[in-house]
Amino acid sequence: MIGVAQDLWLSLRRALETLGSMGLFLGRMLAYIPSALLRFDLVVAQIFNAGALSLVIIMLCGLFIGMVLGLLGVDLLQRVGSEDALGAGAALSLVKELGPVTTSLLFAGRAGTALASEIGLMRATDQLSAMQMMAVDPVKRVCVPRFLGGVISMPLLAVIFSAIGIFGTQLIGVQVMSVDAGAFWSQMRAAVELQDVMEGVVKSFAFGIACSLIAVYEGFNAIPTAEGVGRATTRTVVISSVATLILDYILTAVML
Amino acid sequence: MTSAQSAAAPRVGAADAGPASDSGVAGDAIVEIRDLYYGVGHRQIFEGLDITIRRGRITAIMGPSGTGKTTLLRLITGQILPDKGTIVVDGQNLAHLGRKGLFDLRKRMGMLFQNGALLTDLDVFENVAFPLREHTDLPERLIRHIVLTKLHAVGLRGAAQMAPGELSGGMARRVALARAMVMDPGMLIYDEPFAGLDPISLGVVLRLIRQMNDALGITSIVVSHDVQEISTVADDSYLLAEGRVVASGSPKELHASKSEIVRQFMSGMADGPVPFHYPAPDYTEQLLAREKK
Amino acid sequence: MRQTRATELSTGLFVLLGFAALFFLTTQITNRGLSFGPSGYALTAKFENIGGLRVGAPVSMSGVKIGQVEEIGFDNVEYKAQVKLRIESQYNQIPNDSDASIFTAGLLGGQYIGIGAGGSETYFKEGDQIEITQSALVLESLISKFLFSFGGDNEKVDDGTKADAPAEDTAK
Repeated sequence: MIGVAQDLWLSLRRALETLGSMGLFLGRMLAYIPSALLRFDLVVAQIFNAGALSLVIIMLCGLFIGMVLGLLGVDLLQRVGSEDALGAGAALSLVKELGPVTTSLLFAGRAGTALASEIGLMRATDQLSAMQMMAVDPVKRVCVPRFLGGVISMPLLAVIFSAIGIFGTQLIGVQVMSVDAGAFWSQMRAAVELQDVMEGVVKSFAFGIACSLIAVYEGFNAIPTAEGVGRATTRTVVISSVATLILDYILTAVML
Repeated sequence: MTSAQSAAAPRVGAADAGPASDSGVAGDAIVEIRDLYYGVGHRQIFEGLDITIRRGRITAIMGPSGTGKTTLLRLITGQILPDKGTIVVDGQNLAHLGRKGLFDLRKRMGMLFQNGALLTDLDVFENVAFPLREHTDLPERLIRHIVLTKLHAVGLRGAAQMAPGELSGGMARRVALARAMVMDPGMLIYDEPFAGLDPISLGVVLRLIRQMNDALGITSIVVSHDVQEISTVADDSYLLAEGRVVASGSPKELHASKSEIVRQFMSGMADGPVPFHYPAPDYTEQLLAREKK
Repeated sequence: MRQTRATELSTGLFVLLGFAALFFLTTQITNRGLSFGPSGYALTAKFENIGGLRVGAPVSMSGVKIGQVEEIGFDNVEYKAQVKLRIESQYNQIPNDSDASIFTAGLLGGQYIGIGAGGSETYFKEGDQIEITQSALVLESLISKFLFSFGGDNEKVDDGTKADAPAEDTAK
């Protein structure tokens, strides 16, 4: 019994230490942001790396989630005789919740792992030490551009996801299952406020900071072996996913 | 055993056949390590280390695996701090330098890592140009000029557009050498430059080390355990074992040494002061003990 | 960096796409919707109370959608809501004494305008006004009507629903 409690306490302590360490790392990166923006070409390359390369998976998943919303939505709403509310329901779900959260989870899986393994590999092959030797701060040159790339890409990906999702819902609901197009859009317009869209953007922005930070941190602090890099990549996905959902709850509660 | 051997080790400054040898006093020292102590966890890596690197010479630092040769390099470049003792590089005590001071110092040093450590997302040209782009505001034309010149010096000007993944081990090392030289440093540090190279590449790297040193008038520190190779180009050498210097002097002197550990290392004998058997209980006893259980 | 041009282009497109999506979300699906260009002809109708009727709500006749609500405004001369309907051009044989009522679709449904055919032989044309209208049913007035009917006073509740008259006359 005591052993289990002790292990639990140790895990908790380690988790808190990691949290603190990440916080310090974030602070260090934030201090470098002004100078990183001067090397904008690096940031652009990372926006491409994290954002543009994730576009296909985001659009594909957005489309399918939207279509499922269409199918399920019509079925459920028909039971209470309000399938015209499909547009409103789908748009609100996507824009406020599904868009930001699903994008974040997909991002962690695709871009987060890429970031973590890239940096981890640089650590394992001494590239980061070499940079230090050449009097270049690896945090400034390698980590900050990647962090910024992720933070900028995430909200963009989330809105693209939501937009394509709504299109997918419309595709199934209106074209296939004959929900009235006018009602679809008019009820959506009635129910969705600009504030809802903005809340979704704020959420995805927060998720972007969290996932990018975690990916870059894990890569940078990976044990410099092949095994270490693999572990860092796995941890990135796990921690990012959990962090996303916890943040989601907190933000939803705060913004409601 | 070790202290007796260190006492018998020949000191630097004795009959040196190198050109322009400074009479008596060990020339102008660019790096002075005095009484260095450094340990990690339970392991004490260095205990009272004394090393002098002379300016303008090639100094070899040799020793069995695990004696902390790479750690020594990291101490010299200020990446880690010693527990006790002083390290003075080019007149500056590393312990007194802040981050900025260390960064400035490193700009005047070039380091060649064990497997080249080229940046994988840049091609050869960009790798060599990296320090220039990060530290200077030179126009593109000038950068191109400098990079191609350095690449030409290592014989790889034609490989400028290749990716690091496409290079062989030897070529990667040469590119790394070009990169280490691109800011015209006063000191070049080589960490195991010959490890895993075929005889031709090895010969190429050896020649480059000597040529660069003489042509540019710089100081070179080579960490290696390729005794035969490094002995052909080094001016001074240090043999490290068990956390301290066990022998020093010119390669010729080390070869002629009567000390047991030096002889074991230089001739590559399997057993001697560095034992073949990892410490274990008595053989017969252990075999018999298993039978009883 | 070799592929800088291609990289920059793709990144630019990605950012552009992102902003386009954001633009879409903030304009097309929120209250400040844009309409998709007119076709067909316009009719107007005035109501005491339009309830939950919104721009884009369907206009139907006998259950068939023949157009949608294009604009909702307020007439501060007669203090009535003024609704502009856009009817598809193919439905150009609506008698000009037809009435327009606001109905609710389903239990949670939105509101729509239903047009009941009149008997006139002249048809509505562009810009005509539907004279006979029935406002939306407001839940509170229904309840209070229900409660008052037990009181036996026959008090008229003045908000668009009258106990006996099925339609109002909204002649100019």
